[in-house]
Amino acid sequence: MITSIEELQELAQMKKSHNENNPKEPTIDMSCDFYTKQTRIVLENEGIIDPEDIEDYITHGGYMSLFKVLDEMSPKDVIEEIKISGLRGRGGGGYPTGLKWESVSKVQSEQKYIICNGDEGDPGAFMDRAVMESDPHKVLEGMAIAGFACGANKGYIYIRAEYPIAVKRLTRAIKQATRLGILGANIAQSGFGFNIEIRLGAGAYVCGEGTALIASIEGGRGHPRQKPPHLSDHGLWGSPTLLNNVETFANIAPIIKNGGAWFKTIGTKNSSGTKVFALSGLIKNTGLVEVPMGTTLRELVYDIGGGVENGRKFKAIQSGGPSGGCIPEELLDLRVDYESLKEVDSMMGSGGLIVMDDSSNMVEIARFFMDFCASESCGKCTPCRVGTTQLTQLLDKFIAKEATMHDFVLLKEMCLVVKSTSLCGLGQTAPNPVLSTIRYFEDEYLAGIKDD
Amino acid sequence: MSTATDDRYKALEKAIKKLGYEKSSLLEVLNSAQGIFGYLGIDTLKFIAKRLQLPYSKVYGVATFYNNFKLKPKGRHNIVVCTGTACHIKGSEKILQKIEQRYGIKAGGTTSDEALSLLTARCVGTCSVAPVIVFDEQIKANVSLENPLCDIEESIK
Ligand SMILES: Cc1cc2nc3c(=O)[nH]c(=O)nc-3n(C[C@H](O)[C@H](O)[C@H](O)COP(=O)(O)O)c2cc1C
Ligand code: SF4
Ligand code: FES
Repeated sequence: MITSIEELQELAQMKKSHNENNPKEPTIDMSCDFYTKQTRIVLENEGIIDPEDIEDYITHGGYMSLFKVLDEMSPKDVIEEIKISGLRGRGGGGYPTGLKWESVSKVQSEQKYIICNGDEGDPGAFMDRAVMESDPHKVLEGMAIAGFACGANKGYIYIRAEYPIAVKRLTRAIKQATRLGILGANIAQSGFGFNIEIRLGAGAYVCGEGTALIASIEGGRGHPRQKPPHLSDHGLWGSPTLLNNVETFANIAPIIKNGGAWFKTIGTKNSSGTKVFALSGLIKNTGLVEVPMGTTLRELVYDIGGGVENGRKFKAIQSGGPSGGCIPEELLDLRVDYESLKEVDSMMGSGGLIVMDDSSNMVEIARFFMDFCASESCGKCTPCRVGTTQLTQLLDKFIAKEATMHDFVLLKEMCLVVKSTSLCGLGQTAPNPVLSTIRYFEDEYLAGIKDD
Repeated sequence: MSTATDDRYKALEKAIKKLGYEKSSLLEVLNSAQGIFGYLGIDTLKFIAKRLQLPYSKVYGVATFYNNFKLKPKGRHNIVVCTGTACHIKGSEKILQKIEQRYGIKAGGTTSDEALSLLTARCVGTCSVAPVIVFDEQIKANVSLENPLCDIEESIK
């Protein structure tokens, strides 16, 4: 049992001197370009600590932020610090985290919940998986701090069932932390208690959406509902609920440790901190990278990613998954943050970046995402249920080179209808890949129109 | 076999009891049931409905909503072809076609001798080594488009 910050420091010190006497071989060579261009906050412990050993986490400063919060800060102070940091939600929308916490903390209620969104449904993204697998305690620590700030004593982590290792490590981490009294009732005799449970998804993309995720935890179909009421008023089992993404929670302990002002100095004016991206597709170096917000796409693709594979020509980079867009070569100097990506009809999304070369057909890519949305649509509202299927069929006509000019007009119009009349984010963003490829690769659509 | 004597139903009953017969534990119960039986048969769903005191329609509705729940038995082995974006860009369609042709089944199907089920997934989270297939829970990275089954065909019996 650890009951005070001094005991935590003592344990860290003891372990540290033990480690110094028994040095481990470093597992990663950090001196190549792939690493020197990166700034690691979220992934600072990846490959460095043993994710199955809580003491290793503590040796590297783990749970110090939680104890600091319990020792010397009020919930208000914590929220203020997060607000100063300028941290925005890493789940895609980019909503300011401090404001979200504040609205949950202000609601009066006996019972409140903290939920960590580990659904990570975007095909081509695996950042959250890496965080949960390589540093599970960091997620728990962020959630516990959020619980303290918002006045919640119970947390859930919703993970997709496709991530068995993440489930195993988090389960183990929760057990270890509970055994040491870092989770549970009356943590460090502060009067604050916090418990965390894991809930498994069962393979439905729409369950990443907040209200659908809650319906799923409650044991039903993952159908989204109209907002308001927002989750901060009416969330899990009707109680005020805070929902944040895995990576958002992983940023909390470092912010408390180093201060919000420190975090604010990293990144751009409106998007502070770093972002973890999953680089994949037709690129030499694939994998996870963590860079300051405002890094250009060119740096990501060429300096870190090593350029396009097999000496082929770069054509586009896809960001934001099924709600995002394809960004062409002439925009590679774009400094990546929430706003700049929106301006070019794409989205930060969860952080998947997929590089395509000149062998990729953009209409076909747009169809790929539309088909994804059509099969993942929950079917609750008509524009999305019917519209995404209709759009897929229209795109098929372009691919078969049998479309007419009328189809092209219809395609654009239908995109706007689906976007503006769907109930939840899935339908509202489903047309984005089509719209962005029309904007930058219109000639490929025109090539699909038959002469008559 | 009746539900009273089948050991698998005893195991399921135990799992439901552990979850406190809570209606809200339906997803967990379905997950356990699938772990025990390998799939969710109609009898199993009816059993669950009764134990949780839920309408059968609700249980059936939830079981059919989620992609991971299978209502038909699976083969002795299974191959999951990832069709997520990164794998798609790297040619996962071709892999799927090759396997479909080789065994004469479509994605979602099982061979008539029940040796193999073929499934697809929307990203298994290892995009940096795309294209990826999962053979009996084991991830195979950088799969060859020409000969995707080279080292596993032997074990499919
Ligand atoms: C269709 C859909 C899927 C989503 N999938 C995810 C997801 O997999 N992971 C995630 O963190 N957020 C996802 N989101 C966003 C969440 O609804 C929510 O905004 C987010 O988890 C809030 O956390 P944040 O403020 O920390 O970003 C999704 C949204 C929609 C509309
Ligand atoms: S937009 Fe699509 S996913 Fe969202 S509620 Fe409507 S049908 Fe369901
Ligand atoms: S897209 Fe296949 S593993 Fe991610």
